[in-house]
Amino acid sequence: MLTRRDLLKYGIGAATLSGFAPRWARGDDGGGARTPFVTEPFIQALPSPLIKSSFSSGTGCVAALPTTGIKAGPDKHQFFDAEGCTPTLAYTIDVRPGMHQFHPHMPATKIFGYDGTFPGPTFIAHYGEPILVRFFNNLPADHEGFGIPSITTHLHNGHTASESDGYPGNFHDSGTYWDNHYPNILNGFSTGPTNSCDCMNTLWYHDHREDFTAQNVYAGLAGFYLLFDDADCNDEKRGLRLPSGEFDVPMVFADKVFDAEGQAVFDFFNLDGILGDKYTVNGAIQPFLQVKRRKYRLRFLDAGPSRFYALAMSDGRPFVQIANDGNLLNTPFERPIVTLGVAERQDVIVDFSNNLVGDKVYLLNRAEQTDGRGPTGNLLTPGDPLVEFQVVASTDDFSQIPSTLRPPPVSDFTGATTRFWEFNRGNGQWTVNGKIFRPEEIRAHVKRNTKEVWTLKNGGGGWSHPIHIHFEEFRTLSRNGRRPQPFEDRKDIAVLGPGEEVTVGFHFRDFLGRYVMHCHNVVHEDHAMMIRFDLEE
Amino acid sequence: MISRRALMASLAAAPVAAAGAAAAPPSTGGRRRFPNPTLLTQDNERVAFYDDLMKGKIVLVNFFYVECTGICPAATANLLKVQELLGERVGRDIFIYSITLKPLEDRPAQLKMYQEMHNIKPGWTLLTGSAEDCELLRRRLGFADIDPVVDRDTANHIGVVLIGNERIDRWMACPVQTEPTQIVRSVSWMGR
Repeated sequence: MLTRRDLLKYGIGAATLSGFAPRWARGDDGGGARTPFVTEPFIQALPSPLIKSSFSSGTGCVAALPTTGIKAGPDKHQFFDAEGCTPTLAYTIDVRPGMHQFHPHMPATKIFGYDGTFPGPTFIAHYGEPILVRFFNNLPADHEGFGIPSITTHLHNGHTASESDGYPGNFHDSGTYWDNHYPNILNGFSTGPTNSCDCMNTLWYHDHREDFTAQNVYAGLAGFYLLFDDADCNDEKRGLRLPSGEFDVPMVFADKVFDAEGQAVFDFFNLDGILGDKYTVNGAIQPFLQVKRRKYRLRFLDAGPSRFYALAMSDGRPFVQIANDGNLLNTPFERPIVTLGVAERQDVIVDFSNNLVGDKVYLLNRAEQTDGRGPTGNLLTPGDPLVEFQVVASTDDFSQIPSTLRPPPVSDFTGATTRFWEFNRGNGQWTVNGKIFRPEEIRAHVKRNTKEVWTLKNGGGGWSHPIHIHFEEFRTLSRNGRRPQPFEDRKDIAVLGPGEEVTVGFHFRDFLGRYVMHCHNVVHEDHAMMIRFDLEE
Repeated sequence: MISRRALMASLAAAPVAAAGAAAAPPSTGGRRRFPNPTLLTQDNERVAFYDDLMKGKIVLVNFFYVECTGICPAATANLLKVQELLGERVGRDIFIYSITLKPLEDRPAQLKMYQEMHNIKPGWTLLTGSAEDCELLRRRLGFADIDPVVDRDTANHIGVVLIGNERIDRWMACPVQTEPTQIVRSVSWMGR
């Protein structure tokens, strides 16, 4: 007879599709911590984060914002008054504690949340519509436990000025606010001409507090920022006609461990990278999503802290990948497995029109990972289910999968300044070119409106590092000396597996100031695997 | 035969203990987070790790050994500057602890010699104990390398300083070789 332990180990129930047996979220973290709750999968619907509404609009929208508390910064914004940059919409975000139910069979969990929620509300932004967001830090100054009531908010891959970029040292304390200016404008606007090839679409915002990013994001400070343009326009009857509205589903993955009171546990004493034994999607442990017999756009985001995913469908159908790190590909690309490192985004189209009402299909994570070093490289069979898709009805589908999405810009990096960065570990400390992060040390002086080619090398030891470079996304020029895959062209994260070396090219445009490059295994990031580079005249 | 649904419901009805293979349930703070072994100071005083050294305090903790010619001399020099910068708060509400990686060799007499040689002032305590207890603390506080080959190489031991405030359960770690001002800045984030 099967024991409870066997059931937990092997999953339970009869096989459904393709020999797939649904199972519990599985604990495999290297630290050995386990959540003492059994969380029945697929009994709660995939939450849909609220859409953020603006506080004020038009000329004077910023002046209309509340000014509760002390303004921590910035003193001024670059290009605030430039044509096409002055905010026409203004928002407030209340960064505060909240209570969040990750599973119906668990007590509510204390979180930090944008507007008190996890995930934070989704911004729907448009090119040509500049905005300003006022982030109020209403976290309690006397907070106890992991997380620090001190924040700085980064719009990941936003083309934003340094003072609005969530620079790790620009943190502000409880009772203060900070204004981030998001001009939603194409790279190169200050010099022209711009090119819609540079549009980016799936972004996210998250906390970036120096040395506490892992804790604060784990506590809940993460949300989507979806940017639209004339082609990718949030309307499946216009432009590229990608699945839109309720058929455009962002999914943020975050793995966690909970204690006997249902509170999230953060392992302070693991500097390698931490894994949770519960998979959450949009803040729900193993939810279901009722789908109609038609195409969906799924936007996958890995919010970490340290887990890598190899996503697959339980019936083996390939995804049609359309974007990587929020950048539409030149052409759609069929992939049976889509990998996701921390902070990467992958947009895919899944078509349920050939399914029958009543069918169930699962989104799986097939990556085996047993510690913070990274995936082992083994693929699990069948894998851990993240979401159960329940096919419930038929409906219209005006969307399409265009044969061409967004041709990449023409980039010539001849004569570009080159730099070499090696990501390593020594005496248990994370280093870049052998040095630890020092906030005041400028490791690269980059001239504005110039091109550079950077080589990013994994220094070894069996570690994986998803390397993120702020401010200006890059073209992937080579991976391990070879031409990169067509789906890794324009990106803001370069995943360096063990022994890998990736060369990337940038055109640094428009803004000046201090930015960072860091490992987005946020535990490595918080332990100094970061450099500061400055954009200068 | 029991249906899948019924099985799920029965399993999910109430919180159950973790499966047998699992480690102890995660702790949420305080004593449950820290073991409480008895250690010896450079003055041969017996101290309980949690009760006497951690509880309710702001602390900086690193691991070292007297004969280390690798990272330790620089680390000790750095922490001396940190101690100087923190001034009279060290020993009052901030405490620095250096635990030996070689408890069989580093007995209180050797620690005392090290303290005097480096002119380490009160408020910074050098600690030894049984091999088992020092190893337990090294592992629980995150000073063990995940790669066993690297971990056995004592000359290349983990060079971070753990910084925390036990009272509010706030913890971070930073490279012990960073600027002393950066370590002091980190301590300032620990509240009171």
